[in-house]
This record gives sequence, structure tokens and C-alpha cells, in this order.
Amino acid sequence: MPKRTPFYQNHQDAGAKLIDFNGFEMPVQYDSIKKEHNAVRNHVGLFDVSHMGEFFVEGPEAEDLIQHISANDISKINPGRAQYTVMCYENGGIVDDLLIYQLDDNRYMMVVNAANREKDYKWVTKHNDFDAAVENKSDDYCLLAIQGPKAKDTLQKLTDVDLDNIGFYRFTIGDLVGFDDVIISETGYTGEKGFEVYFDKNEVNPGKVWDALMEAGQDHEIEPAGLGARDTLRLEMGLALYGNDISKDTNPLEARLGWLTKLEKEDFIGREALLKVKDKGIKRKLMGIDTNSRRIVPRKGYEICDENGEQIGEVTSGSLSITLDKGIAMGYVPIEYAEKGTPVYLKVRKRLEEVTIVKPPFLNK
Amino acid sequence: METPEDLKYTREHEWVQDNGDGTATIGITDFAQGELGDIVFVELEEEGFEVEKDDVIGTVEAVKTVSELYAPLSGEISEINESLEEEPEVVNSDPYGGGWMIKIKMSDESELEDLLSVDEYKEIIA
Repeated sequence: MPKRTPFYQNHQDAGAKLIDFNGFEMPVQYDSIKKEHNAVRNHVGLFDVSHMGEFFVEGPEAEDLIQHISANDISKINPGRAQYTVMCYENGGIVDDLLIYQLDDNRYMMVVNAANREKDYKWVTKHNDFDAAVENKSDDYCLLAIQGPKAKDTLQKLTDVDLDNIGFYRFTIGDLVGFDDVIISETGYTGEKGFEVYFDKNEVNPGKVWDALMEAGQDHEIEPAGLGARDTLRLEMGLALYGNDISKDTNPLEARLGWLTKLEKEDFIGREALLKVKDKGIKRKLMGIDTNSRRIVPRKGYEICDENGEQIGEVTSGSLSITLDKGIAMGYVPIEYAEKGTPVYLKVRKRLEEVTIVKPPFLNK
Repeated sequence: METPEDLKYTREHEWVQDNGDGTATIGITDFAQGELGDIVFVELEEEGFEVEKDDVIGTVEAVKTVSELYAPLSGEISEINESLEEEPEVVNSDPYGGGWMIKIKMSDESELEDLLSVDEYKEIIA
């Protein structure tokens, strides 16, 4: 029996098409992925992403634990800020990508992918040789994303927090629809301006928050948006999805996540292996693929080939870009092909289609 | 969801209309378009192409997924719906009308008997 989020009834009422997504019954779309995608790019969309996991890490050595498991440097942020990072295995492969919020001097919230909730919790607790407590609050915490150019105007109607003064990758804890202790974060996975709000379902009436947001966004043509639109939006921005573009078999250096991999940090799991990778030079790189055609729609698993039709890589994510009206994809290619403008071929059914290697994002925001 | 009474159906969620002149018109059902979601590209075999029943005669690309179109009957493709080239979304909005895909000049009209009746098809999608 798949799990349901506290917004299940709201999804039903909105006519959502629900699918089993990593053990959660989630809306893939309500009416149309295109319509929802365009609403987020042009107005505002509301996503239920409560299937994501939230772990709270607290204690005198909370920071030390995080430094040990995270590739990014958590000491660079302070309370009120969030940081994107990955956790790696000893061999440099990726356990998960996640956001870490610094709630207080010795208190953090880790936000992990739905599919990895159990795995990550085991991983974090296994490596907790520190004076820190880790609590998995994933089943209690709701997460809604309000994304799009009108996200701020929509959300501002429902909170006293001044949304103009939060700042990108920062958050405030404040009120929402009359409920307190809501984390209001200026983050997202769409490339648009927007916010993510976290709250404990036991402290807040989740359905009421959903309804209030939908009502507040009515003037701005708000649409509830499902996982389908979430995927097309993030792909246009070249944002990696765990399980597709990054996994235990890829390392952050080849996944274009070198910017967050702080090898100069004293120690973290995977550092030794990643130093060796860096020393030898990466062999392949996650690149974008532009088909320049709306008649070529790349899909995960399609072969990327050289001019002789020999396979050199594989598509890890692909779709029609709804905004650009052409097929786009991401995939790993050997480093000699990982140059903007390089022609490669995509095997679409029995045909080889010429496409171009590009550097994501596909859409400049 | 619409499932017209006067059509024949297949397990691959296609509809077939016997035009009474030796040709049949083929498209995908309302159920199928709903399952696929926003259709962004329809690629069809060319006119004059000889097909055996169950051959792949086209590809329907939706945002999230791709699906193949199978020949429900043997014969020769006598016409394709060229307007889908520019307006594939009509398959979503009007699957039994403007969203038709292919016409086949049947080589064996008895194959029509093997298709599903509306009631049989409704049971499949129930």
C-alpha cells in the first residue's frame, strides 16, 4: 500500500492523476503537464512534495556530523541559510543530493529525496559517531513548493513574513495561514522565483494551507502542478535528479557538481576517492543534449552515439522542453565529447539523429 | 471519458472505423490519450506502405512517455492525418475526430471480425 501525503484529498478534489512514485501515491498531473509547466513559468504553480524526507540533526557536534557526511562545507553557512550538497560513499559515488538548512547554532534540517529516505537515514545514523541526535521526521513534515513569477504575491497574502527580505537560499521561520513555526524558504527546483514551505502536519491543518494557497493564487492564475511538470521544469534548468542523472555509480565531479565538492575540506566520506578522481581527471561528464527539433524527444536510456553509430553514452533524463518546444536531454559522454557545440548522435528507435552537446541550463533564467 | 458505440477497438487502445468502402480509419481512444497525457509529436508511416496486422505503423510521443501505434488490420496505408504534424495536441482534444491518425485500405476485411466490440473494450478499461 503506497503512502499518501496529507494533501491526498486536495489532489483528489483537484482531479489529479495519481501514480506510485517510490512508494508514494503522488499527483503526476492534474489536467495537463503543459498547462502546469506554463503556469509555473508564467504565473505560479503549487506543488506537493511532502514525499521528500526531513531529518533533524541536533547537538553540540551536529556540525561535525554534517561535515563528515556532506561534500559541501557547512561551516560556510549560518542560521537562516540553506545549502545544496551531496553525500558520497567511500568510493565517491553519490548516496543522495540534499538541502541542509541551518536552523540554529547546533540544529540542522536535512531534506532528502523521497526514494532515499530510509537509505539516507541509515547512512547518517551509521556514521553518527558524534555528540548529535538525528531524528527522522519525514512522516510528519509537509513540504509545499510555490513557484513562479507570481509566487511571492501569492504567498505574501498568507504570511506576515516580509518575503522580499528572505533572500535566495535563505529562510525564515514564521506564520502561514495563521499557523506558526512554518519554515519559509526561498528555494525551488524549477528555475523560477519561488518558495518552499515546511511544516509539521500535527501543528498545522495541511488541507487548509493548500486551499488557502490555491485561493490566494486565484488572481494570478495559479495551477496545482504535479511531478510531471516538476520534471520538465527542472530538466530545462539542467538540475540533476537522483536515480536518473546522479546515483551511486556517478561521482559529483563528473556530474557537474564540482562547485559544491569542497575537496579542500579536512575530511568527508568519499574525499580520498574524489581527490584521486580529480588527480587523474574525469573520464566522462554530464552534459546537455539539444536536439534542435520538436520531432526528436529523447528518453532516459536512449543511446548517445558517435558518427559511426557506436555508443558513447546514455541519456539519463530526456523530454520535450515545453518552454523551448524542442527535445532536450542530459547524459554522460566521454570527456572528449564534453564540449559545447560537439555534434553527437542519438539513437531514436532505429534511427540516428544528429544532436548537439550543450552546457546546461537549456533555459537562461 | 468517451467510448463511441459505433467503433471497433483493440487491446492496444486504438479505435477502428469501418468506412464501408474497403478502408478503415484508425486512431487512439480517449482512454489512451488520457493515459499518455499531452501529446507532442505523432510520427506515422507513409502513404502506400504495406502493413501486416500488428505491425508498428507509428509512434505517439507525449511529454512523459512514448507509445507505438500498431496496425489493427492488414492492407495498405491509404492516407495519413498530416495536420497532426503541426497540431499533435488535437489527439488529446478530439481523439475520435480531428485526432484520427491513419486510413488503411484493407486486404482482408474479415480481420474486422477479430476486433473488440465497444462493450469488450469498456471491460478492458474499466
